Amino acid sequence: MPETITATREITLGEAVREALAEEMRRDSRVFVMGEDVAQAGTAFKVLSGMVDEFGSDRVLDTPISEAGFTGIAVGAAMTGMRPVVDIMFGDFVGLTMDQMVNQAAKVHYMSGGKWKVPMVMRATLGATRRSAAQHSQSLHAWFCHIPGLKVVLPSTPYDAKGLLKSAIRDENPVVFYEDKMMFRFKGPVPAEEYTIPLGVADIKREGSDITIVATSSMVHVALSAAKLLEEEDISAEVIDPRTLWPLDEKTLIDSAKKTSRVIVMDEGYGRYGAAAEIAAVIAEGAFFDLEAPVKRLCAMHVPIPFSPPLEDATVPTEKTVFEAARALLGGK
Amino acid sequence: MTTAIHPTKTESALEAERCLRMYRRMLMIRLFEENVNDLYTRALMPGLAHLYIGEEAIAVGVCEALTQDDYITSTHRGHGHCVAKGAALDRMFAELLGKEAGYCKGKGGSMHIADPDTGNLGANAIVGGSAGIATGAAFAAKRLGNGRVCVCFFGEGALGQGVLYEVMNMAALWKLPVIYLCENNMYNEYTHYSETTAGDILTRAAGFGLPGEAIDGQDVRAVYAAAKKFIDRARAGEGPAFLLANTYRFFGHHVGDVSRDYYRAKQEEQTWKSQRDPIQLFSTYLVAQNLADQARFDEIYAEVKAEVDRAVQFAVAAPYPSADKVDQDVYA
Repeated sequence: MPETITATREITLGEAVREALAEEMRRDSRVFVMGEDVAQAGTAFKVLSGMVDEFGSDRVLDTPISEAGFTGIAVGAAMTGMRPVVDIMFGDFVGLTMDQMVNQAAKVHYMSGGKWKVPMVMRATLGATRRSAAQHSQSLHAWFCHIPGLKVVLPSTPYDAKGLLKSAIRDENPVVFYEDKMMFRFKGPVPAEEYTIPLGVADIKREGSDITIVATSSMVHVALSAAKLLEEEDISAEVIDPRTLWPLDEKTLIDSAKKTSRVIVMDEGYGRYGAAAEIAAVIAEGAFFDLEAPVKRLCAMHVPIPFSPPLEDATVPTEKTVFEAARALLGGK
Repeated sequence: MTTAIHPTKTESALEAERCLRMYRRMLMIRLFEENVNDLYTRALMPGLAHLYIGEEAIAVGVCEALTQDDYITSTHRGHGHCVAKGAALDRMFAELLGKEAGYCKGKGGSMHIADPDTGNLGANAIVGGSAGIATGAAFAAKRLGNGRVCVCFFGEGALGQGVLYEVMNMAALWKLPVIYLCENNMYNEYTHYSETTAGDILTRAAGFGLPGEAIDGQDVRAVYAAAKKFIDRARAGEGPAFLLANTYRFFGHHVGDVSRDYYRAKQEEQTWKSQRDPIQLFSTYLVAQNLADQARFDEIYAEVKAEVDRAVQFAVAAPYPSADKVDQDVYA
């Protein structure tokens, strides 16, 4: 069953992120935010606007443009009693932080035989079609999914963003939290009351019986639009959002695949060696004898993201490509 | 050996105690590393072994100026830092041999020993890899107001890593209680540092407004005095500092690095070993000051050797972890 949200108000995804951070900072004095232009500017995307007024510039801390340096500082601060949330603005900049995340944050707990912990969150963005070209448009979350010791979260709704970010901040491990930069103004119901969503639980966004579409982040909404088009053709599509790529709720994915016997996996990261490839493999291993067709991946085209709008638009899956892929999997039903 | 400091003791009595404590600790590192060399060459130790022999005065002089709660980060050449900060030798050897009783249950090994009980945030096998962690620990200490200081040990090879300068900049901006302690043993692995390091090292730190000085890394008293001054300053809230300890790696980059003629002359090694051995220099000082004599040195040697031997026996006899532990501790 899709998670039932009883809320009388709607807020944007950006507001949901801000609420989650503010609530956790009120709840726990060890939580603080650091990054470039997070304080008075409230980040380049204005997601944190006003937070510095409540929490002060010590807890909403502007840093130099030194992603590796301040991520490393977050790792050390997390080990020694703080709970940092670092802001990476454009997700493309995670390349600068990789040693800190991959060789330090991810491994400290294991290498120390479980003695040191790194309870930190890295917030980063993903998503193309903002006309920002090749170094400001990538969806690189699969890099972190590849590394044991890290958790990776990709919310698709304001409700999920708030509940998952609160859990990420309370988690004892390094968590990378990806927000689609095109969705900060996307509205959805969010209860005013306190709630959290556990990491590792997928959400069935739409129930269906003929085909399963597994989708992440903004691709969930492309999948839901495609499901409406398919419905007009008498095709019943189930849309599942894993919400966290690690831990991954394999059971929900496999159960749905067994039920519908046809699966499309959508992700805005690159398809080759990507998150969708892993999910497709999980489903193939877990539901092979119930499948009527090979699992189909729909991902970012394997090119650097171009600037020119018609070129950039061609790199991302659309409801039309999903619709056509679904019809093909169903043998033209 | 006693570490209790009696309030009525005179300054000179305290100084004498400190000197003998530092002597013993330096000797402990030396004997520890000689045993590492032995275990490695007898094929009892897997992996890599980077010996700290020749550099003992730095770890000991610096850690003498720290409290148990203060933090350190260490390097691939880190056994000396661990011992100086107070780690137990038996659990260190056990870790080096990959045994369950080791500090990291055998999961870290020689290059990753960590010990929260002595404030050791961990050795790091990425050159410069702990600069962020050390600065972050100082950041937390300042935020939490717990009065702790962090010393970031790194070799001169880490001067080539950009992240070091990023975090020094932030440490200076935010007045963090961190000491960047550069151990210049003159060789970036197999390359003389003059081939990799432009300009003046201390000037780099001064560019960020970090005070600092160059110290004779073979003179434990000089190391202690400089470290104490800047650690006290950091603890008082006056911010970070940079110390450059000039020293020499008596052996190769690692135990297997035995043919070193192509990158440094045997004569150079001989000169350092015969004239600049930190333990020899300190024992000469102690005798000249009437703080110890040969009988006292023999006594200390026997005690330390017995402790090291017991630790080696413990580690050799200790069981390996069972293979089913392999996927534990990935997540907290």
